[in-house]
Amino acid sequence: MPDPVVITENLTRCFGDFTAVDHVSFSVEAGEIVGYLGPNGSGKTTTIRMLLGLYEPTEGKATVLGFDAFRQSEEVRKRAGYMSQKFALYDDLTAWENLVFYGGIYGIRDRKRIEATLTLVGLTEHKTDLARGLSAGWRQRLALAIALVHQPKLLFLDEPTSGVDPSARRSFWDLIYTLAAEGVTILVTTHYMDEAEYCGRVGMMREGRLLALDTPAVLKKQAVPGDVWEVSAGPLQVALNAHATCVGVLRVGLAGDHLRMITERGLSEDELRLGLKSAGLRVERLERGEPTLEDVFLSLAKG
Amino acid sequence: MTASIVADHLRKTFGTTLAVNDLNLNIAAGEIYGLVGSDGAGKTTSMRLLVGALKADSGDAWIGGFSVNRQTEQVRAQIGYLSQRFPFYEDLSVLENIRFFAEVRGLSRQEWLPRCMEILKFVDLEAFKDRRAGQLSGGMKQKLGLASALVTRPKVLLLDEPTTGVDPVTRQDFWQLLIRLVTTPSVGEAGEGKGEGIAVILSTPYMDEAARCQRVGFMRLGRMIAEGTPSQLRASLEGCILEVRGRSLPAMRQVAVKIKGVEDVRAFGDKLHLRVARGQAEPVLAALARAFPVSSGDGVEARLVPPTLEDVFISLSESKD
Repeated sequence: MPDPVVITENLTRCFGDFTAVDHVSFSVEAGEIVGYLGPNGSGKTTTIRMLLGLYEPTEGKATVLGFDAFRQSEEVRKRAGYMSQKFALYDDLTAWENLVFYGGIYGIRDRKRIEATLTLVGLTEHKTDLARGLSAGWRQRLALAIALVHQPKLLFLDEPTSGVDPSARRSFWDLIYTLAAEGVTILVTTHYMDEAEYCGRVGMMREGRLLALDTPAVLKKQAVPGDVWEVSAGPLQVALNAHATCVGVLRVGLAGDHLRMITERGLSEDELRLGLKSAGLRVERLERGEPTLEDVFLSLAKG
Repeated sequence: MTASIVADHLRKTFGTTLAVNDLNLNIAAGEIYGLVGSDGAGKTTSMRLLVGALKADSGDAWIGGFSVNRQTEQVRAQIGYLSQRFPFYEDLSVLENIRFFAEVRGLSRQEWLPRCMEILKFVDLEAFKDRRAGQLSGGMKQKLGLASALVTRPKVLLLDEPTTGVDPVTRQDFWQLLIRLVTTPSVGEAGEGKGEGIAVILSTPYMDEAARCQRVGFMRLGRMIAEGTPSQLRASLEGCILEVRGRSLPAMRQVAVKIKGVEDVRAFGDKLHLRVARGQAEPVLAALARAFPVSSGDGVEARLVPPTLEDVFISLSESKD
């Protein structure tokens, strides 16, 4: 078995008296797609920046592609691609020129390589368009092309699809699968729970700590503290407060056009129905539900 | 009930681009209306036309009964508007930011201070009123944006992608706030206790959020191409989405794209989702069974699944006129 692509041991980073990343240990194997979730400010971006050698760990260490992420960051950056949430494109250069410019930074002068990268992300048709004129979806693909031009073995994607519409997001993920199938290891942060479902394993951060890292199926089994119910009940305001008024209801949240409730394990449908009714609710629908990654997220994020 | 937001044949071009093409809207007090569509579909331009920040080439809009073309000042007094990036003074406190915003809108201290405190309590920012805006977390900044938009007690709230890049916990809180807002007239609305909540129109790239709206409008190339409740929109794809599981995703994919009647194939975690033309589910299922016979040990498991709003989105954004 080849060595893991990423290994962190007690990786820690403080800014003043604030601990942004707190003793995080995990490893990622070649060709894995690992999702990284957590509330804003939970330490996801700081972790990625340490893996790229942009921040020195306050404590612990990270080994990336066999190199020390901080002391050998040049070696890591030659072999890793990074697409940040606020990627920088030169608006007055064309897609092609942007890629030539960024490729140059990595010493890529081969036009065929640049051409192939544009084809890979499907940007050939927009090659001569100014970056300024590209839609959010195409800009995102160009940013991905820039992260890929030096054919990295490892790709860090920091909220790559933020603000991108659902069609463009799906096509983007098709591309990610293609890369992973070719052996590229991918570490991606996202706020979209459906995207987290696409990942082989998902890590969940809160307040700098890695609370869990496992397959979506295992997380759903282990991290949700009770039974899940799909509920349509009104008035909505009263229903949203059911965790305070009904015995056994642990959490209430909005899920599309209905509610999801998490109750203590073993609470029967009749008991729940009765509890909701005596809290003054009109119950229109009450069914058992399957836990989702959003349930996992809400459970772990709120502690 | 009178509609709070009305758009009547709104049209706006930028150079040769038709950004908004014959937009009609009718949104009632107490309603949350979601505007979705691909990038460049015309959502933000529509919002800017409704608040009077852009002038329509033709057509008009009415906000709380006032014409956006002719009564722009009265219209502005009715609305709270939150754009994708809320502009804050990072070195001013939460309270000072709201004060600035309120005084620009012509509110006196006697008016804005009590309102401000009420709203800060409503959005759960009371404890942070003296904190500098630059020191707030992403979720708190978003609440400050909402509080600023609410201080004038608007009858209509226009939110342009208010939750983009915001984590699920914060999004969940934000939505619970919105729902309280449309069902609690006294917090937002001008005429207290009239029993009408405020009307909300918002754009979002999150389909799970669109599903929380009473009605959703899909825009494409400047036009509204579908409008309805989330369940009405989903019904349009009933019987068209197949979920396929099997040993090898790439192999299944190669076969699936060639089957007649299959319109779209996407990987979804460890399974494939196929969108098939209306009435084609049975033949496609049969073709899959033929291509992956159970006897080969490589059989696939395929079944119809209920369509999601995301399926609807993709189908509509790829549809031809």
